[in-house]
Amino acid sequence: MLPLQLLPSSAEQPPCGMRTHRPCPGTYGPDAGLLRPAPGVLRPDAGRSRRPLLSLMIAFCTFAAFMQSSLGADPPTWNRDVLPILAEHCFPCHGSDPNARQAELRLDLDTAARQPAASGNQAILPGQPHQSELIRRITTADPDSRMPPPETQRSLAESQVEVLRAWIADGAEYQTHWSLIPPRRPSLPADPTLSPIDYLVTNRLQNAGFSPAPSADPATLIRRVTLDLTGLPPNPEQLASVGNNPDPTAYANYVDQLLNSPHFGEHWARWWLDLAHYGDSDGYLQDFLRPVAWRYREWVVDSLNNNKPFDQFVIEQLAGDLLPAAATDQIMGTGFLRNTLSNREGGADLEEFRVKQVLDRTSTVATTFLALTIGCAQCHDHKYDAITQREFYQLYAFFNSADEANIDAPLPAEIAAWQQALPAYNKRRDELIAPLASRLQELQQQWEQKILYTEAHPGQDFAWDRTLELLGLQWGQNLGEGQLEGLAIIKTAPTHRTISQQQRLQDYFLRSARNEFEPALQKLDVGKLINALDALAQELPPVTRAPAMMVSPAERTTHIFVRGEYLRPGDVVAANTPALLPPLHSDGPPTRLDLARWLVSPDHPLTARVAVNRVWQQLFGQGLVTTSDNFGVRGDLPSHPELLDWLASELMQHNWNLKSLIRTIVLSRTYQQSSNARPELQESDPANRLLGRQQRLRLSAEAIRDSALAVSGLLNPTIGGPSVKPPQPDSVSREAYANKWVASTGPDRYRRGIYTFLQRTTPFAQFVTFDLPDNSHSCTRRERSNTPLQALTLLNDPVFLEAAVALAERVIKDAPADDSARIGVLFQLTLARNPAPQEQARLLQFLNQQQQIFTADPTSAALLAPTDSSPDTAAWTALASIMLNLDEFLNRP
Amino acid sequence: MSHPALPQPESAAAVPSRRQLLASTGYGLGSVALWHLLQHDAHAAPAVVHHPPRVRNVIFLFMMGGQSHLDLFDPKPQLRALHGTPVPDSLTRARKSATGGILETIQASPRRFRPHGNCGMQLSDFLPHTSTITDRICLIRSMHCEQSNHDPAQLLLHCGTPLFGNPSMGSWINYGLGSESSSMPGYMVLLSDDGHGLEGAGASLWGSGFMPSSYRGVSFRNTGDPVLHLQSPAGISPATQRARIDAIRDLNQLQQQQTGDREITARISAYELAFRMQAAAPDLLDFSRESAATHSLYGIDDETTRSFSSNCLLARRMVERGVRFVHLIHSSWDHHSDLTGRLRRNCEMTDRGMAALVHDLDQRGLLDETLVVMAGEFGRTPMCEVRRGQQSDGRDHHPQAFSVWLAGGGIRRGHVHGSTDDFGFNVAEQPVHVHDLQATILHQLGVDHERLTWRFAGRDYRLTDVAGHVVHDILS
Repeated sequence: MLPLQLLPSSAEQPPCGMRTHRPCPGTYGPDAGLLRPAPGVLRPDAGRSRRPLLSLMIAFCTFAAFMQSSLGADPPTWNRDVLPILAEHCFPCHGSDPNARQAELRLDLDTAARQPAASGNQAILPGQPHQSELIRRITTADPDSRMPPPETQRSLAESQVEVLRAWIADGAEYQTHWSLIPPRRPSLPADPTLSPIDYLVTNRLQNAGFSPAPSADPATLIRRVTLDLTGLPPNPEQLASVGNNPDPTAYANYVDQLLNSPHFGEHWARWWLDLAHYGDSDGYLQDFLRPVAWRYREWVVDSLNNNKPFDQFVIEQLAGDLLPAAATDQIMGTGFLRNTLSNREGGADLEEFRVKQVLDRTSTVATTFLALTIGCAQCHDHKYDAITQREFYQLYAFFNSADEANIDAPLPAEIAAWQQALPAYNKRRDELIAPLASRLQELQQQWEQKILYTEAHPGQDFAWDRTLELLGLQWGQNLGEGQLEGLAIIKTAPTHRTISQQQRLQDYFLRSARNEFEPALQKLDVGKLINALDALAQELPPVTRAPAMMVSPAERTTHIFVRGEYLRPGDVVAANTPALLPPLHSDGPPTRLDLARWLVSPDHPLTARVAVNRVWQQLFGQGLVTTSDNFGVRGDLPSHPELLDWLASELMQHNWNLKSLIRTIVLSRTYQQSSNARPELQESDPANRLLGRQQRLRLSAEAIRDSALAVSGLLNPTIGGPSVKPPQPDSVSREAYANKWVASTGPDRYRRGIYTFLQRTTPFAQFVTFDLPDNSHSCTRRERSNTPLQALTLLNDPVFLEAAVALAERVIKDAPADDSARIGVLFQLTLARNPAPQEQARLLQFLNQQQQIFTADPTSAALLAPTDSSPDTAAWTALASIMLNLDEFLNRP
Repeated sequence: MSHPALPQPESAAAVPSRRQLLASTGYGLGSVALWHLLQHDAHAAPAVVHHPPRVRNVIFLFMMGGQSHLDLFDPKPQLRALHGTPVPDSLTRARKSATGGILETIQASPRRFRPHGNCGMQLSDFLPHTSTITDRICLIRSMHCEQSNHDPAQLLLHCGTPLFGNPSMGSWINYGLGSESSSMPGYMVLLSDDGHGLEGAGASLWGSGFMPSSYRGVSFRNTGDPVLHLQSPAGISPATQRARIDAIRDLNQLQQQQTGDREITARISAYELAFRMQAAAPDLLDFSRESAATHSLYGIDDETTRSFSSNCLLARRMVERGVRFVHLIHSSWDHHSDLTGRLRRNCEMTDRGMAALVHDLDQRGLLDETLVVMAGEFGRTPMCEVRRGQQSDGRDHHPQAFSVWLAGGGIRRGHVHGSTDDFGFNVAEQPVHVHDLQATILHQLGVDHERLTWRFAGRDYRLTDVAGHVVHDILS
């Protein structure tokens, strides 16, 4: 009898590394193995050559087999049972990393594992566990030959040994890792009324002996889907439009209404910005501002609202600048790559920190689109996944040939005036410079030569070393421009420079040339010219710029960095994709655009799966693969492999239509199930991997604030624009070196959370309290913690009190002057339902008590009821604040 | 620890603050899966220790900006004769500076060093109070790291890596050991500065990185609202506050009956702890019942010492209340110019408080169960600072060598560990890397730094990254 619990302790990964490990009998039962390839199949090795895709090797079980198979009869398989054990216990020393490999033994390849060692012993002898050295080593009592070695204080559980034994006895077949096999549409019954989601989930549940949960009641469902799609609670009009409509199409229509709301893009953009690790500042010590970072945020919001096909969404973010005749909007997508940190502290080696940025871009792309922890291969071959260090730097090479470059991206209101004024401005500027033009050009050329020489010959002349460094530290400081853009312009042949590039470099040269150029410029009296240019610039209508990327003007050779250290360049590598994935197609040397198109090519096994898994995670709290950041061998297995594949193929077949995918999911019965705990499932499926219910989910930091503002009527629903700074205690920004938090005034204080300025060193404290992720690297899944500081914030933070005051006034104004009726309105506004009698009674009791307290204490009453100082209003304010603190208010039901 | 039935979180949303799997699954490490339940209000969690601990709490005195070891802890009288002469090329070639590179000449310390205590430890005349605790502390003169900018070096010291996004030491320790305080979070941060603000990586130094925010340091201010939103809003009396919390609890309980969501219990508990924090904070901050002797020992009433000393006294009071990790940050020691003036000023602000803290803990018997660590992120150059080709009277960043001291349970008293070369430039003997210091701190708490791990992005992370050795020579 095989054990049920077959996963290593590392298998599941809740948010940001959190592990909530538990066995889930049935979850990985026989029915989970539908992606299993046919016997005798090898998994691709980590070699250099491209191998044909392994899709041929896959034999899907039929549904009948799925329904009939029973756990006990099923021998262990490589992907499901064996790999997790070997990955955890053996691959650290006997995996794909040759530098860590001991005794020249690797167990991740079947040929290698069957190779007789010098001793004549064979690690794995198919069919003969007792002759297999592997089994002997993990079971022997002899400390000298015991594996893993006793000093590691690690050993296999008896059940794990049994799995290995049974697997070897059964022939020791290796398989391709599940996530590397392109998704295949499962065969489904031809019943058009049955959602494939419900079919697959219900089958799975029934196989385990359970039925789905009943549907959530309509009020709960409306609140759930409204929060999920827009991040805001339903308002009374929305409730009225759908709440009492018995027509089954009413819900579907309501969903469409939500998907078409501009608030949809605001809410879902936050999900994407976590992956991009968006911020409004540089990071590091000085943490300079990036006042145009929001252009990328807006691009994401707009793209989602316009339902830009996801493949296009991907391509524009990685390579919008390389598209033929790229439009400004497409180039702005590359703002995705501009969310890396910039170090502008004195002494920061420009190349060191440029390399760090490229490393971050590489890892961010791998995490976001592939869910592979490729960053592990920065210093050495990956210990678990077949990704070599060389392959990491091949991927790195795509981004090593790209440089930061902001672009003129006029806002709709700016375009006309700017375009009209630009020719005259350029002409006038040339006229102003004309008298000095030839001399200035001569000097600037010399200066540029000197800069380039200094970069190539560091350490020769301190003053010039410093000049070069300052060019990198100061360029575009507090403007959110790329810090090396000035240097990049210098490296661009003058004839290839755009007018804007020419002007910006000239401006820098005139103002910041140092050393021997300072007196030369003074002699020309450039001060006067600078003043004239400044005055002229004032006349040019403003144009808002946007962060983007461009192809590096000077070719850069990519080396492997030995042990990941940028000062230790090793072999030269060219841009390419990892061999374990389908080959890359390109005419000529591969570019970022080729990489982007490769990611969304129909035979790519990962991109669509990774994306749909994350959408699922947003709507159910966890992905079908719980390790949404890791689809590698140490990641989790999908709970519903066919469903994952069906969703991925749906996405691709419907032109990568994200809204349609979301719509399909939220219209499923699976999504609409009640989230109430089911005692009968608690024991066997505590993690809800079988999807026998929905899940209550604590709202995100932004959604909690947005909800309080929305229900109180304070929310300013303006869409888009630059970031705002809602008030917070001064002491928060005092915790960092720089950047005082100057609070916004007026309606900007009540904008949605997505517009809150994200200062990297001191992020908005209220959001941090509610698990805003650290934005220095990609976050695939937010934490949902539960702390006393959250309680203090909700009870005492002025903005929540303000919301309570406004909510109380709203209820008093809108509801009849009857306590019970008012409580009813309060419940509808905050929880989208009517109060239960017990709740009603408890709150009435509270209200009476508070009315007495405030009648006796008019000073406090005046503070809580600023409008009319009445004890009654004050008591209602206290009551309203209770609603904003309720667990139900903070959760999506 | 036996392998009990695995925890049974009810869902992915079931919150980490409640349940933590603590497993040592890293490369080549033990296979015993250790885990514990964190109580709902994050206190009284069973400790996960790998060996008997020597201390329960840590007070970490972080001297932000990088103190000059040469003017405070590491006398180099030989430099007097070389003052003003160029630094040997052999020393500077491999070095990167924050601000320049060449034209550097030796800057001997103008400070006077004398032996103190029975141990004869030599300290600078800028540290008259620390000089009175030499027989209680262990001074390490051979610290080193490889980061020469503030942020990366500070992150390395606090989080074990120069990168942003990783949990700080206090988070790691609370994750591993839980909190023992019923009225305070287990990780408190106390800030002070010399008027120049904090110079460094800010809240990342006490951030929980990829761990949940329940492990984050809570910054506690000794003026104004000590914890954000600890005060009830104007108009909310204690009676109304209590009534609010009671009503919230009752309605939450109804919701729990309705939904069966056990996470609601955690929220109810969080509100209770919040209320206790509100109640306990004024008492914690109330120094009026401290004796006059204590006031004067710390210099609470002295304008210069008040800010940092109050934090030191608060640290003792927090440790008494079971706070696991108290993190004092004093900024700034980043003296690129006016070395003597600013060094004197910051020493005057901090020297008395930290010495008083060690005395005070010792006389109360608390030093035995507490580990006090004083450290900056790096040292300062033995050369003059060079800015725009001009020499100044400051010193530049210097990660190659610096000094820290430790005191408390299991730490050798009156001991000097390691040494630097004649210039104070490189470590000469018994080098101690920042990772070694971290490994040693965890060791004193009963935690094996290689077995305290957290799975993130496919990898088991440790405070000490992939390095670190316990410095057994400094242990008694």
